[in-house]
Amino acid sequence: MTTIYVPGDSGARALGAEAVCGAIGREAAARHLDLTVVRNGSRGAYWLEPLVEVEGPHGRLAYGPVRAADVPGLFAAGWLEGGAHRLALGAFESLPWFCGQQRLTFQRVGRTDPCSVADYGANGGYAGLRRALSMDPADIVEQITRSGLRGRGGAAFPTGIKWKTVLGQPPGQKYITCNADEGDSGTFSDRMLMEGDPLSLIEGMSIAGIAVGATQGYIYLRAEYPHAGRTLNRAIAAAYAGGYLGSDVLGSGRRFELEVRLGAGAYICGEETSMLESLEGRRGEVRVRPPLPAVKGLFGCPTVVNNVITLATVPLILARGAEFYAGFGTGKSRGTLPLQLAGNIKRGGLIERAFGLTLRELLYEYGGGSASGRPIRAVQIGGPLGAYVPAAQFDLPIDYEALAASGAMLGHGGIVAFDDTVDMARMARYAMHFCAVESCGKCTPCRIGSTRGVELLDRILAGRGGEHALERLEELCELMLQGSLCGLGGMTPFPVQSALKHFRDDFSAHAQH
Amino acid sequence: MPTSALDREHDVRRILAQYKDRPGPLLEVLHAVQGAFGFIPPEVIGPIAEGLNLSRAEVHGVVTFYHYFRSTPPGRHVLKLCRAESCQAMGADALAAHAEARLGVSLHGSTPDGRFSLEPVYCLGLCACSPAVLLDGEPHGRVTPQRLDALLAQADSGAGGDE
Ligand SMILES: Cc1cc2nc3c(=O)[nH]c(=O)nc-3n(C[C@H](O)[C@H](O)[C@H](O)COP(=O)(O)O)c2cc1C
Ligand code: SF4
Ligand code: FES
Repeated sequence: MTTIYVPGDSGARALGAEAVCGAIGREAAARHLDLTVVRNGSRGAYWLEPLVEVEGPHGRLAYGPVRAADVPGLFAAGWLEGGAHRLALGAFESLPWFCGQQRLTFQRVGRTDPCSVADYGANGGYAGLRRALSMDPADIVEQITRSGLRGRGGAAFPTGIKWKTVLGQPPGQKYITCNADEGDSGTFSDRMLMEGDPLSLIEGMSIAGIAVGATQGYIYLRAEYPHAGRTLNRAIAAAYAGGYLGSDVLGSGRRFELEVRLGAGAYICGEETSMLESLEGRRGEVRVRPPLPAVKGLFGCPTVVNNVITLATVPLILARGAEFYAGFGTGKSRGTLPLQLAGNIKRGGLIERAFGLTLRELLYEYGGGSASGRPIRAVQIGGPLGAYVPAAQFDLPIDYEALAASGAMLGHGGIVAFDDTVDMARMARYAMHFCAVESCGKCTPCRIGSTRGVELLDRILAGRGGEHALERLEELCELMLQGSLCGLGGMTPFPVQSALKHFRDDFSAHAQH
Repeated sequence: MPTSALDREHDVRRILAQYKDRPGPLLEVLHAVQGAFGFIPPEVIGPIAEGLNLSRAEVHGVVTFYHYFRSTPPGRHVLKLCRAESCQAMGADALAAHAEARLGVSLHGSTPDGRFSLEPVYCLGLCACSPAVLLDGEPHGRVTPQRLDALLAQADSGAGGDE
């Protein structure tokens, strides 16, 4: 029996996977072949998508990038029997790009059938949940703390400590919420995981519920991810049907219910208190802290808020043990990080590695340099609120502390490359513009400051900034940094200040005209 | 397909009955309403407020807070262009200018004949395939101006699919 894997991942679809899948179906029917087609997640090698894998007696062989027009030729070349073809890549897991990676959180993404509990269980799934059900809640939390896992949504707060606070609240209604708002540009690991291995997120949330005593979970999913929503809902239904969710999880007598709630296109709703407001059906205005969500969160109850990747890593930690996970990484950055490489890069995609590799390794060994063939001049790390890092600093290791020490932040692990045609003054303007569009409006430095920033940068770009324009821009950044209630207003200065610091000539270039 | 006011009222009542007893239902109701009509017609704000025991101002405030909810009907085809950094690094600005020129509308606008709406979005999670767009909900990556023309022509002629 031959199985063909055609990724159903949105990125693969964006490059024509649906048409390829249709062509395979037609060709198989014309040749009276009985094939099983699995819509797997993406392996993360987007320059090879649509990447089709054929599994049969000869093993599992990859072909890519496949276009619909290539399909008849692939059948003619005998790809079901491992026949030679110009698109043949051999076994995907032997490609140098892949075999040096350390895929822990992404261990199944691209390999398995995303919504099949049988496939999930046969590939390491549910070992963590079974173990958690046999443990004392405090011991589960202790495992997570000892693993060194820190929140992958951006703030890098230790997950075990957050869970401990929720566990320590008096028994009663508590919630597990998953932040699947993934608003940071240049990031897509949450999307890939939800489309490629949603059952690991569901398992992670169930374990969190058992650990802190919560019986209800919500996944807050951004509206821009309709395909991830469909996949999650199918996976949740499969988990209920298999007894992994519901009133009696795996016959343990423990309850855990889960549903997906959709956001509505507001970046600020990724900030956790704004997300809770939105989940309650209100405007996503940021809440003043304290109280922390762990004490008084959703509907006023103790609430765990964790990112998709954080939660999807939990089952592995329970299954393999805290020491196994903590054995990866460097310093206080333990474990692995699914890095997302995008922008002007030849081989964009998802690379999961232990913390500590350098930007240069990532950009050149994995990324192959720029897509345009021109020098990479800067990268933006950590989304629209992240700093721009110049080429001179590409030897920095990727870990939370090292990047913070150099004025950058790792955030959700997205890295966007720009070649030497980029105008950093324009990128600074964009940062202010984005903040103005997405500000929740609660505090003045962010709401008004960002609009002033756009106006000021427009004048600078038009060469009408005047003598002290850059000083005024710096003052404005300082004001937003000091006076904003949350990270949107408070971190928008990072890309602007880093552009001013490392690429000042780009700003004065406009002044000379 | 124009919907009569009566049909709308009926649909809104059905949606409210489905969601009103769930915790924090307003966003879910608005998603269902926009799913049914393509936008949130101003005349349904009152019935929604009443059905959920909220003030009209609260409902209106939520509709206007979120970029995804629209108060006017969309064009027959909706093109969402990613304007964020990764796509900018791969020519999204030129692609947006091309789309505006070709359709004769600016971002946030609809063509006078109601065929196309053009909207900016900030990251579609397709950054490794920049520049990216969504056309009628379908993702497309590495979109050149020529490819965009082909996609728009295909949508206009009623043909679906890719490649
Ligand atoms: C403006 C802003 C946007 C954010 N967007 C996201 C997001 O899209 N996804 C996410 O997981 N965290 C986001 N965060 C971080 C959350 O507030 C929060 O720290 C996180 O969800 C906690 O989960 P973690 O500890 O697992 O990372 C954002 C923070 C700010 C200030
Ligand atoms: S900084 Fe901006 S987004 Fe954050 S609370 Fe203030 S106005 Fe809202
Ligand atoms: S930046 Fe355009 S899809 Fe992410």
